Amino acid sequence: MEFFLISLLNGVSYGLLLFMLSSGLTLIFSMMGVLNFAHASFYMLGAYFAYQISVKFGFWPALLMAPLVVGVLGALVERFMLRRVHKFGHVPELLLTFGLAYLIEEFVHLIWGRSSLDYKVPTEMDGPLFTLYTTTFPMYRGFMMLVAVLMLLAIFLVLTRTRIGLVIQASLTHPDTVEALGHNVPRVFMLVFGGGCALAGLAGVIGGNAFVTEPGMAAAVGSIVFVVAVVGGMGSLAGAFVASLLIGVIQTFAVAMDYSFVTLLKSAGFVITPDTFLYSLWKLTIAQTAPILPYLFLVLILIFRPRGLMGTREG
Amino acid sequence: MFKQTFGALAAGAILGLAASAASAQTVKIGYIDPLSGPFANVGEAGLKQFQFVIDDINARNLTGGPKLEIVPLDNKGTPQESLNQLKVAIDRGMRFVTQGNGSGAALAISDAVAKHNERNPGQSVLYLNYAAVDPDLTNSKCNFWHFRFDVNADMKMEALTTYLAKDQGIKKVYLIHQNYAFGQQNSRIAKELLARKRPDIQIVGDDLHPIGQVKDFSPYVAKMKAANADIVITGNWGNDMSLLIKAAKDANYNGAFYTYYAGGLGTPTAMGEAAAGKVKQITEWHANIAPNKTEKFANEFEKKYKLDFYYLRVNTMMYMLADAIKKEKSAEPLKVAFALEGMKFASDTGEVEMRASDHQIINPMYISTIVKAANKGDKPQAGGDKSVKYDQEDTGLGFKTDARIEAYVVSQPTSCQMKRPPKS
Repeated sequence: MEFFLISLLNGVSYGLLLFMLSSGLTLIFSMMGVLNFAHASFYMLGAYFAYQISVKFGFWPALLMAPLVVGVLGALVERFMLRRVHKFGHVPELLLTFGLAYLIEEFVHLIWGRSSLDYKVPTEMDGPLFTLYTTTFPMYRGFMMLVAVLMLLAIFLVLTRTRIGLVIQASLTHPDTVEALGHNVPRVFMLVFGGGCALAGLAGVIGGNAFVTEPGMAAAVGSIVFVVAVVGGMGSLAGAFVASLLIGVIQTFAVAMDYSFVTLLKSAGFVITPDTFLYSLWKLTIAQTAPILPYLFLVLILIFRPRGLMGTREG
Repeated sequence: MFKQTFGALAAGAILGLAASAASAQTVKIGYIDPLSGPFANVGEAGLKQFQFVIDDINARNLTGGPKLEIVPLDNKGTPQESLNQLKVAIDRGMRFVTQGNGSGAALAISDAVAKHNERNPGQSVLYLNYAAVDPDLTNSKCNFWHFRFDVNADMKMEALTTYLAKDQGIKKVYLIHQNYAFGQQNSRIAKELLARKRPDIQIVGDDLHPIGQVKDFSPYVAKMKAANADIVITGNWGNDMSLLIKAAKDANYNGAFYTYYAGGLGTPTAMGEAAAGKVKQITEWHANIAPNKTEKFANEFEKKYKLDFYYLRVNTMMYMLADAIKKEKSAEPLKVAFALEGMKFASDTGEVEMRASDHQIINPMYISTIVKAANKGDKPQAGGDKSVKYDQEDTGLGFKTDARIEAYVVSQPTSCQMKRPPKS
């Protein structure tokens, strides 16, 4: 029971971090149709900026300022780069963000070096939040979950309950009409792109010290963010939420399963020894394959439900 | 036109000759280790240690002539890129390479060096391994051009299990390793040795996780707790070690950790106070051994780089290389290799020997536990262990010796059948 509850908590908190990461991507995609390959790089920038700011001013100012700086950077990217290539279609946009990801990584190498940074959890959060049977649950993980939930709530309220939210939603489906009504649609897009990047930056501020801040961190999460967006359904925030939780929990529980073909075949009466043909394949346990399970999930979803769990568009 | 080009070529050739004559005074050693990617921090720290000891060797002219120079070559932690960098080193005329982080890369380099030397007998390259501990390198896959200056996993595990077998309180052991050459080997060795020494011990977990990819170890820690493991044995290093310990601390896992690399970069910081008395390591040196002949050197290193001194074996390796060059009056890899075979050296912790049969160093080892130190950084702290003078990474935690294991105890037989080239 202890194991189950703790694993569930671990899975959910990891899932929520994934959601923080992918919500921006999904938002941008649903509004602008741009698949932002540099999204994870903005996550990394969030962590690095937060480190730099926290060295000088402490963690709390960093929590506010870093996402803002990343957001402004994102808005600039939209205004001066994406908007220019927009007229050439989606492929140039895609390539641009692809190149941007490399640029940002090299930029990080040049400024902060190739090593990991000593970006630490603030001391007031460096302790247990509560104890479940004998296992303590770290306060910082609780904080991470809280921020993610607040963020979900905020996005939801902004999109459905505010004027700007309505304009954003309208620009998605009827940009010409919205423009005719006197709204500046390109500026709305800039805001959305900046906002999406800021969300990634926020995830970076929190994920950077929970795990490690190093130049490889963008590449480490880059692919999984796309898995979340695709599995959830391109452009569906609710889908991204469900998919992140699902992936977080599945991956966490998979680690616990030490079953392999050897155990399966043994229960069926076959004995497999290290001399058996292809033994290295048979002895693979589910736990060992845990890190690739999300990608398996991605492939299955694309085959059987291409629009994702909750996506509205086909393909 | 032709004349001009020819002239330029000729000038270039003459310059090239002049350059190579000058560089004969300098022995370049290619440092093929991760300087980017998940293990960049480990690679960079190692490079500084090389730089520091080489400065010492050059200042004291221990080679009796040629200067040593370390040339960083980033292998990004992968075997494939290591081979590319080895090629770069050879193309740039380096005759010595060193590498330590990752047995996968080590096996690739060892194999490639052997093949290169067979094909180019006049331009042989020597591979000095300072940290890759897969036993195969000095057993089934041993070769003449590879010298290992770190005690291999067989021997470390032998020493560690002999020590822990005495603790009757240990009933359940959990193994966790990185999923690659060394991790898989170490898991196998641990199981074999425990089964022999303490058949009553139950292995309650045997995890292999992807190397350098896992950022959140809490699922693994939950598993350790669910299995009621008394202790955890791990060969993890770099961020894989520090993140594992961090997750264990966060989830309040109370068992002890028996490790190879708990003193490695970043791990003491990640552990925090909760680790005191619970995390053990087996190493050839730590800052609080007594007597500590490396104390002054380590302090100077720390002062210069703001980094804990860690690899005594890098010093031993470079001093032995300098001795070999001095003895042979030549930096020709073939001669140096024969000089290193069977060489004995008075290291700071006692006599060490480069065993001729398999090119494996045999040196004394220390098992130590991290405890509250007498000082935190430069300032004394209350309640610390008086014998633990130095802490790690200013955490207030330092290593205290549990046992010194003499070289002859560390030594394990080898299955290596060394093929030697003709002596000249």
